Amino acid sequence: MITSTHYLVLGGLLALIGTLGVLTRRNVVVILMSIELILNAANLNLVAFARELNQIQGQVFAVFVIAIAVAEASVGLGILIALFRNKETVDAGEIDLLKW
Amino acid sequence: MDALLFMIFAAIAAVCGINLVIQKHAISSALSLVGVMAALAALYLLLGGEFIAAAQLVVYAGAIMVLFVFVIMLLNAGVERTTRRRPWAQYAGVPLLLVLFGTVALLVQEISPAGDNVIFGEFTKGTPLDVGRALFTTYLLPFEVTSVLILIAILGAIVLARKEID
Repeated sequence: MITSTHYLVLGGLLALIGTLGVLTRRNVVVILMSIELILNAANLNLVAFARELNQIQGQVFAVFVIAIAVAEASVGLGILIALFRNKETVDAGEIDLLKW
Repeated sequence: MDALLFMIFAAIAAVCGINLVIQKHAISSALSLVGVMAALAALYLLLGGEFIAAAQLVVYAGAIMVLFVFVIMLLNAGVERTTRRRPWAQYAGVPLLLVLFGTVALLVQEISPAGDNVIFGEFTKGTPLDVGRALFTTYLLPFEVTSVLILIAILGAIVLARKEID
């Protein structure tokens, strides 16, 4: 049967996929989306633990994670628009202003 | 029934997540991410997190994804540049990834307590009433700090994305 462990394993899988996206993709928009995927995996684990321990705290923390994810996405996309205005690219490999 | 629902939505989440990474166009990745968000909302509901499920749909699948799609349309990036992988990476990459995932799954199974089955409707502490009561009593200070942080993020996004005016 399905226990909380299954949910934790699914969270691990999603975090792994998100890490893969961050490491392999070049489009900065897709990298930001992969980061959102990692945050969602963490949220799934928090909600699973809240149910396992029969406490509300995990879900409250998940609300905070969602709020922080909104802030992160808005600032990240703002940086991306400013970057595109200056460099005309969304390729992470071509953004090397701080290199050397 | 609960096991079946978990299987279905977990499969949707995993497939959409993999699709997010392998799609070439950013807009296809965004649509896959919407699938992941919706499946996760259903999983939260199975776990008894009613408020979290609603917040997931409204905030993630609604607000954040609109923001992403808007930026994708604005930037009009097109197909991504790819480089040829090294031959060993091409063949060893996926098996090694599966080994890593298997190890993670085994470790989680070893560490996590052997809990009881997840039954829909069993955990009833996730209603908006309970979450709101915890947010506005025990966690009032983090809540207020978060609202300040979001205000700063709004200001930051406006300052970063506006045109420079001489």
